[in-house]
Amino acid sequence: MNKQTSSQLGDALASSESTSSAPGLSTDPLCPLSVYDLTVAYHRKPVIWDVGFDLPAGQLIGVVGPNGAGKSTLLKAIMDLIPRASGRVRVFGDTYAHNRKRVGYVPQRESVDWQFPVSALDVVTMGLYDDIGWFFPVRKKHRARALEALDRVGIADLANRQISQLSGGQQQRTFLARALVQDADLYLMDEPFAAVDAATERAIVEILRDLKKREKTAVVIHHDLQTVPEYFDHVILLNMRVVSHGPVSETFTSENLQKTYGGRLTLLDEVTEAMRRREQAL
Amino acid sequence: MIYAQIDLNWQQHDTWIVVIGILCAVSSALLGNFLVLRRMSMLGDAVTHAVLPGIAAAFLISHSRSSLPMFFGAVIVGVLTALFTEWIRRVGRVDEGASMGVVFTSLFALGLVMLVQASDHVDLDPDCVLYGAIESAAIDEVEIFGRVLPPAALILGVVTIVNALFVVLCFKELKISSFDPALATTMGFSARLMHYLLMVLVSITAVASFESVGSVLVVAMFVVPAAASYMLTDRLAWMIVLSVFIAAASAILGHGSAIVVPRWFGFESTTTASMMAVSAGGLFFLAALFGPKHGVLVKWVRRQFLSFRILCDDIVALLYRCEERETGSPSKAELADNLFASSWTLWAALATLRRRGEIAVDGAVSGAVDGAVDGAVSGDFHLTGRGRDRARQLVRSHRLWEQYLVVETSTETDRIHDKAERFEHFTDRPLRDRLDRVTDAPDTDPHGRPIPSEKS
Repeated sequence: MNKQTSSQLGDALASSESTSSAPGLSTDPLCPLSVYDLTVAYHRKPVIWDVGFDLPAGQLIGVVGPNGAGKSTLLKAIMDLIPRASGRVRVFGDTYAHNRKRVGYVPQRESVDWQFPVSALDVVTMGLYDDIGWFFPVRKKHRARALEALDRVGIADLANRQISQLSGGQQQRTFLARALVQDADLYLMDEPFAAVDAATERAIVEILRDLKKREKTAVVIHHDLQTVPEYFDHVILLNMRVVSHGPVSETFTSENLQKTYGGRLTLLDEVTEAMRRREQAL
Repeated sequence: MIYAQIDLNWQQHDTWIVVIGILCAVSSALLGNFLVLRRMSMLGDAVTHAVLPGIAAAFLISHSRSSLPMFFGAVIVGVLTALFTEWIRRVGRVDEGASMGVVFTSLFALGLVMLVQASDHVDLDPDCVLYGAIESAAIDEVEIFGRVLPPAALILGVVTIVNALFVVLCFKELKISSFDPALATTMGFSARLMHYLLMVLVSITAVASFESVGSVLVVAMFVVPAAASYMLTDRLAWMIVLSVFIAAASAILGHGSAIVVPRWFGFESTTTASMMAVSAGGLFFLAALFGPKHGVLVKWVRRQFLSFRILCDDIVALLYRCEERETGSPSKAELADNLFASSWTLWAALATLRRRGEIAVDGAVSGAVDGAVDGAVSGDFHLTGRGRDRARQLVRSHRLWEQYLVVETSTETDRIHDKAERFEHFTDRPLRDRLDRVTDAPDTDPHGRPIPSEKS
């Protein structure tokens, strides 16, 4: 009953409000990421609703939006880590499951236990586990590749240190090295710039630019609005729905930002509120 | 003659108890590492309790104590526990601890009720289920490949091999899914699959162990050796290896002390199972105390060394500042007042500095007089050339830091001293040179005092 109500409301909203922001699903193998009509809900409360976009290849793409806008949820839903209520995702023209080896993921730093008894090198080596495959052990050549990746992020000398003995910036670099060693074509990064020192921030920017030079695509959740035009070519403004997306020069306008961050009570909030009131009345 | 025979029988029985104890502890500890690291120790607890209705149902259905139905019953319920816990957490929107509490207490209670029913029909003692009966488990016999051995040893042997194979073969899969489940899943090592595989093996191990150590004490075997080895190392492979040794040691110690310790107090020997848990607890205590990295004692000693070094630094820096102000050397009492040091530590610090030839006592060749550090006379101590070098570097670090804090981070002037006072002890030559460069090689600090140069 309730499910029906919410899906009807969803349809009504989609037809009345969604404009050009819901393109068809791209099966172009050159399109790194195409998302269509993606909705994710926790306890029937939508976290992201009707999200759709096609991303250009070889670009640095920032995802920006207020807290609770569903940015991390979007990345996780793309990688099938959480169930979707609806929607489809294409990675290089195929399903995520099919092309998962071409996607590298950098989770939020707080998502893991840094007291875990492993060294920085161990963590980076994890990026190669997919290549190594089930049951096969890690070999010397894998460790050598992991060490190379640590060198790229500038902390090769800390390879054997237990991860709790690393600073926040060094932990973030370790995560980046782990993604780099995967040698993916599309990178999904969840707030790599969160709480890092200035030197690490510069190092991460260098790495992103290097990725772009090698024609990789990176989707990066970002918090600091001031650095968006400097770091990214393309931006997705997200607040439960895609407020706007496109090249930074066109999309990153104060009007769009106002829509994303300002006016906390969006139409969707009002509808959700109305639904809740009605549920309680029943 | 009769005595000799009894003695021999007793010996063999004894050996089997220890073997069963070791297998039980080792098989549990192997999996326990991952329960501890995944912060799931309580889930291990829950599963070991919740398998009870599975065991009881198997009794009721098969009307026997044969192991196979028991295994299936327990494994099914064990996995159901993990599923229920997850389900209640999601539906009830409560944290994992609360949902576990709901699941395992209800299942455990259900199991007890069923066991009481079953014990009317089958020869089964509910006490044994809770506390285990390793002594009687070691008496039973079964013949296999022409050798006679207790069935518990056989079953636990197989379980230990299975668990060891699981941990060795899936080492990297367990590592990644425990450390970063999301990443593991994106790489095709489904964290959920690993979770349920672990739960299946935990259930099997719990059932295999419960006859020997009981469903309560098996929790100690799952958690305590792993927690102890977590204190001793920061490498996963070593943690697993050490936990196996600790588990085996607690089994051996457990049986030994079960025989020996009660006799000290004039009692009969006590149950091995409980003494195994006590021994494991004792080993954990030792690891927590003496562990090389996280041990309480080692941390304490390291802290003492550090504060002693800082006290030595403070003494030479204070003497340097006195020289600078030309106020004459301070007495020992003045030093104690200024540095908040107890007289004993101050004495030790002064003795150390004299031995290193960094300070000298008036009227004596430096470092040559024993026991002259009385401080009865004012103006006792002065810096030697070497001490002055060290002091100058400290004061230079301090004042450069003050300058840096004011210029670079715009900290208020009255708040810079404490920070600089702390930083100066951890600033080496390269860092000092960089500070000097960043602050444009100042001549004076924010208070207007001269910043000494690196070399005199």
